[in-house]
Amino acid sequence: MSKEIIKRTKLEIAKQPEGIEGPGFFATKVDEVIGMARANSLWPLPFATSCCGIEFMATMGSHYDLARFGMERLSFSPRQADLLMVMGTIAKKMGPTLRQVYEQMAEPRWVLSVGACASSGGIFDTYSVLQGIDRIIPVDVYVPGCPPRPEQIIDGILKIQELAKNESGRRRHSPEYKELMNSFGIE
Amino acid sequence: MSKEILDRVTARLSTQFPGLHLESELLYDFPVFTVDHTKAHEILKFLKEDPELNFHFLTDLTGMQTADEKQLGVIYHLHNMPKNMRIRIKTFFDIAKPEINTATDLWAGANWMERETYDFFGIRFKGHPNLVRILNVDEMDIFPLRKEYPLEDQTRDDKSDKMFGR
Amino acid sequence: MSKKENTLTPPPDTIEKEYTTLNLGPTHPATHGIFQNVLKMDGEIIHDAVPTLGYIHRAFEKLAERRPYAQITPLTDRMNYCSSPINNIGWHTTVEKLLQIKIPKRVDYMRVIIMELSRIADHIICNTIIGQDTGATTGFLYLFQWREHIYDIFESICGARLTTNICRIGGFDTDWSKVTWDRINAFVKDFPAALTEFNKLLMRNKIFMDRTINCGPITAERALEYSFTGPNLRAAGVDYDVRVATPYCSYQDFDFKIPVGTSGDTYDRFTVRNEEMWQSLEIIKQALKNMPAGPSHADVPDFFLPPKQEVYNNMEALIYHFKIVMGETEIPKGEVYHCVEGGNGELGFYLISDGGRTPFRLHFRRPCFIYYQAYPEMIKGGLLSDAILTMSSMNVIAGELDA
Repeated sequence: MSKEIIKRTKLEIAKQPEGIEGPGFFATKVDEVIGMARANSLWPLPFATSCCGIEFMATMGSHYDLARFGMERLSFSPRQADLLMVMGTIAKKMGPTLRQVYEQMAEPRWVLSVGACASSGGIFDTYSVLQGIDRIIPVDVYVPGCPPRPEQIIDGILKIQELAKNESGRRRHSPEYKELMNSFGIE
Repeated sequence: MSKEILDRVTARLSTQFPGLHLESELLYDFPVFTVDHTKAHEILKFLKEDPELNFHFLTDLTGMQTADEKQLGVIYHLHNMPKNMRIRIKTFFDIAKPEINTATDLWAGANWMERETYDFFGIRFKGHPNLVRILNVDEMDIFPLRKEYPLEDQTRDDKSDKMFGR
Repeated sequence: MSKKENTLTPPPDTIEKEYTTLNLGPTHPATHGIFQNVLKMDGEIIHDAVPTLGYIHRAFEKLAERRPYAQITPLTDRMNYCSSPINNIGWHTTVEKLLQIKIPKRVDYMRVIIMELSRIADHIICNTIIGQDTGATTGFLYLFQWREHIYDIFESICGARLTTNICRIGGFDTDWSKVTWDRINAFVKDFPAALTEFNKLLMRNKIFMDRTINCGPITAERALEYSFTGPNLRAAGVDYDVRVATPYCSYQDFDFKIPVGTSGDTYDRFTVRNEEMWQSLEIIKQALKNMPAGPSHADVPDFFLPPKQEVYNNMEALIYHFKIVMGETEIPKGEVYHCVEGGNGELGFYLISDGGRTPFRLHFRRPCFIYYQAYPEMIKGGLLSDAILTMSSMNVIAGELDA
């Protein structure tokens, strides 16, 4: 029985970045190394407000383990977090708080909007619900679903990891990024 | 059982408050009483403290607007747990002057229920310790659950009403 | 040995006391859900607290006035999202009371199984989070796995894990498959071992008991004044359970006990919820044993979708199908109040219908909203860490708080 399992699972060693290898040294681009390090050790801030938060708890549990992606340490302080995961409905009363949390995060920072309510207001097209968090903060990846299955949340996180890995070191200082921030009114 | 409760409560209320205008009916097996809003507080106090009726538990307190949109109402659901009796008390008043005495001196749990009713309908509860909005944003100046106000946020410009009729 | 001069404590008349204001929330790892508490503290002791809600107010009651009756079920899902099926079935039984539909016994028993499974799921979250807040994370990780098994059962019935929109007005859309029955039987067989393990971890654990006994107590009289219901009221000493007081869904056929505490503190709330999980297992076993045969839905073509073969071949069935799907069914005028025993207490639905396709007024009696009012009184005079523990033991769910 155990021999069959070994045959079926194909273990892949993670690819190393392109570079020049020699005896005792490995030369590659700084961006590649930093990208790899950032992608595999993101510290998320779970901003869980409603039902999607419970699916996030299930994703963090042992069945769908999120810790294997490097997200063992959840940070509840925005000053120490890289990834803001907004999970659940954001009401207009909560908007200023979300904005404040986002502004306290240090660059580089990514935002993952989990669930239909965070992405676009969801089924709650009412006077009290913010119709999507991208009205107040810039979002990198949207995960649709109501609530999304843990596999979908993990898919969104993998996409964030792709973004983090392939980001240029100069992106956060470029004029396009400044323009993006200004369009939201963030300095 | 419900008819018995209805009759017993009607009899006790008529004895205690002679000349009281009381409408009582049995809706879906539930005794319902409609009373005048000026007398509502005394009636609730009597229902709570009378040893025979003993409606010591306030299940629910909520508001509504009548179909003709001219009146607002407050609805109380009371419960006597030992004898398992439930009744509903309804009171109505004019929408231009929606005021009624608070029930927080009788039941501590009425506090937030009245704040929610104030938040949604604008009914002022006289004597409430802290009648401010509880669920909506503090700066809101309309009472959203009234029929005149729409459900959706009217300041959106990215949706076309041509496709989804409102 | 001479007594050293005590230089730390100044003489009594010279100190000025000042209270600190501490803002707990709305985003805080310890508050499970978003609500804010502004605490006035004297060092570590809490002097007063002012809760603020509404950070996730989604206007359910106004939204319900726009939606036809069958479309309100997904709204009820999202109130107490840890035990959505109880909300769904509560809403369906309210509408069935208004329409005066007679439900077959088999549907009742199936609904009871679903509701008790979701009650177990809700109490798993609450108890493991109480454990986690005292520092015992193991219980959370081990017992949460069993929520996955419950999710598997729900998924095989309705396709969704968390916000289930389970069953329909009049019964279940289809009878359950063999996979569902097998999963339920496996759960009933395997869960007791896991729950026993969890009990051994925490119930008589000296550290846990020291931490939770006398933490956030409330007397039965004050609890009744504050309109408490559910496990919080039972922990205070009042044996009120909607399933026994006003039985719905054939609960009178089942034999179960109501666990009651004595002092209403955190330890009592924990043990009451724990024992309720055991009683729910008993109810599920009895339902499985005595499951009657019969149809899995009531015979109400006006409100329950007819089978597709008839829709394609029969004119009346086509018209019923169209009317039900478009929400143009004939609902009688009337008003009804119906309550079910939710994970947190008496979940009530006050429905006023004016004969239209959507409710005229629908009010949810949310137990969480009502008993959270007592929170400042429960934590006054206690320490800050006890306040956090009291909040998590009251099982405050933000979706039900704000609606």
